Amino acid sequence: MALEILYFAWVREAIGSDAETVEPPDGVETIGDLIGWLAGRGEGYAEALGEPGRLRAAIDQVFASMETPLGEAREVAIFPPVTGG
Amino acid sequence: MKPDVRVQADAFDSGVELAALEQRGAGGIASFIGIVRGDGGLEALELEHYPAMTEQALGGVAAEAARRWPLLALTVIHRHGRLVPGDRIVFVGAAAAHRGEAIAATNFVIDWLKTDAPFWKREIFGDGRSQWVEARAADDAARVKWDS
Repeated sequence: MALEILYFAWVREAIGSDAETVEPPDGVETIGDLIGWLAGRGEGYAEALGEPGRLRAAIDQVFASMETPLGEAREVAIFPPVTGG
Repeated sequence: MKPDVRVQADAFDSGVELAALEQRGAGGIASFIGIVRGDGGLEALELEHYPAMTEQALGGVAAEAARRWPLLALTVIHRHGRLVPGDRIVFVGAAAAHRGEAIAATNFVIDWLKTDAPFWKREIFGDGRSQWVEARAADDAARVKWDS
């Protein structure tokens, strides 16, 4: 199923793109799985996504842990810990 | 009471916001205003955010404050885009019958929005260097203290 992926801050810069549509293969069931799969797509991806402990994510605009199943997600955002305020 | 939550690039006037809160029949108003510091030769801050999520996330924080304290009004404004030292970044203002609720709610909102609103700051220095601001463990700790 097509999934819209958004990247922010240094994740966006390392990947060189702020959004893309992907079709994850079978076996990609959680956000952590998705990040692991995306990390294999090239050098910038490996740099941005190689250490999932440094990343945070949201599914359909709600924060979600790495263990969260993608389920019927339409939009997944991957980004560093937030620094607003 | 529906909190007034705004995400905007434009500047805001703290005096106007406070005056509006004073019209809500409260016994006390508390507020927090975040300002860009010019430490270490900082020339500008660029605040990136996740537009589809930001307002909803701030609204969630504001709604939680309204659930915890009997507020008469709550205003939360967060700017994005390029800001320079001295610029206001964020405004939190709470109106309540008594000072305790207003002060606690303001403190709560600023602690939670540090960890629960999708903003990322990039620092740009006068000598051309720039870097993304790292999240601070102290901010996570400040959020958690409200869980007890």
